[in-house]
Amino acid sequence: MKFGVVVFPGSNCDYDAYMAIKHVLNQPVEYLWHADGDLKGSDCIILPGGFSYGDYLRAGAIARFAPVLKKVVDFASGGGAVLGICNGFQILLEVGLLPGAMLRNRNLRFVHRDVYLRCDNTNTLFTGALEEGAVLRMPVSHGEGNYFATAEQLEEIEKKGQVVFRYVNAQGIQAEGSNPNGSVQDIAGICNDRGNVVGLMPHPDRAIEALLGSTDGRAMFESVVMAIEGQTCEA
Amino acid sequence: MATSSKHTATVTVRYKDGVLDPQGVTIHRALTDLGLNGIRQVRTGRTFELELEPDATRETVERACRALLANPVIESFDIEMDT
Repeated sequence: MKFGVVVFPGSNCDYDAYMAIKHVLNQPVEYLWHADGDLKGSDCIILPGGFSYGDYLRAGAIARFAPVLKKVVDFASGGGAVLGICNGFQILLEVGLLPGAMLRNRNLRFVHRDVYLRCDNTNTLFTGALEEGAVLRMPVSHGEGNYFATAEQLEEIEKKGQVVFRYVNAQGIQAEGSNPNGSVQDIAGICNDRGNVVGLMPHPDRAIEALLGSTDGRAMFESVVMAIEGQTCEA
Repeated sequence: MATSSKHTATVTVRYKDGVLDPQGVTIHRALTDLGLNGIRQVRTGRTFELELEPDATRETVERACRALLANPVIESFDIEMDT
């Protein structure tokens, strides 16, 4: 299968995602320039982290008008696998592929540290290789990761099990101090109701090699390879 | 005196009630620290000054607000037309 990593002006984790896929997972991967509007036959689209268009107006607000995003929306609507990491998650919210919106971190600080996540939904294209309740460690790195949804949206999201990851402590329990940004109900990542579109603030692309401190991010990429190729990927 | 022929709209976008505004909270705390105790709450927002084509209407501006200037999940908007 082939991965496509979208590159916007201001993306700065495009190469992290590219490296993770090509050199750690040994899967074919290509960059997709935002202005081209061509997915180049990709089976899975990654919207990487960064500051697309300088985060002008609101994070992700301008990126959603890029020609490539129209293709990504069509691809996702047809059941295609789309993963939004950090700024990519913000873009998925702005374009309406995922419900909710992002606010500034509660303490107004840019937060860059490792967090623990609990997987609360293994029924997505990006979490199938995980066990329900699995605790992963990976870094966050953002100023606007305070996930917000209206009361009606939250009820719907929870009812449909669309919360994929929550911030927890090392024991997998939601606890004071585990949530780095003040997101509602400790939400770190969500999916659409079909489970083919997933967005999360933490960086699985930066938790891919022991040298980086964690390999817990690999499972998300391995999950989508398994889901699409129906086999274990040889890392 | 010549009058300006510019056709303008002023859009104010602010957080909806109930949406946490961390900047507003921090600014309020700073004002309190300065000894300004008469202020109960601060909510931040953002203003856009639009210079319009002569035939543009309030509806044009409303469309701009809904499409981009405000995120309806967290923000509301007010439009003030020059005429």
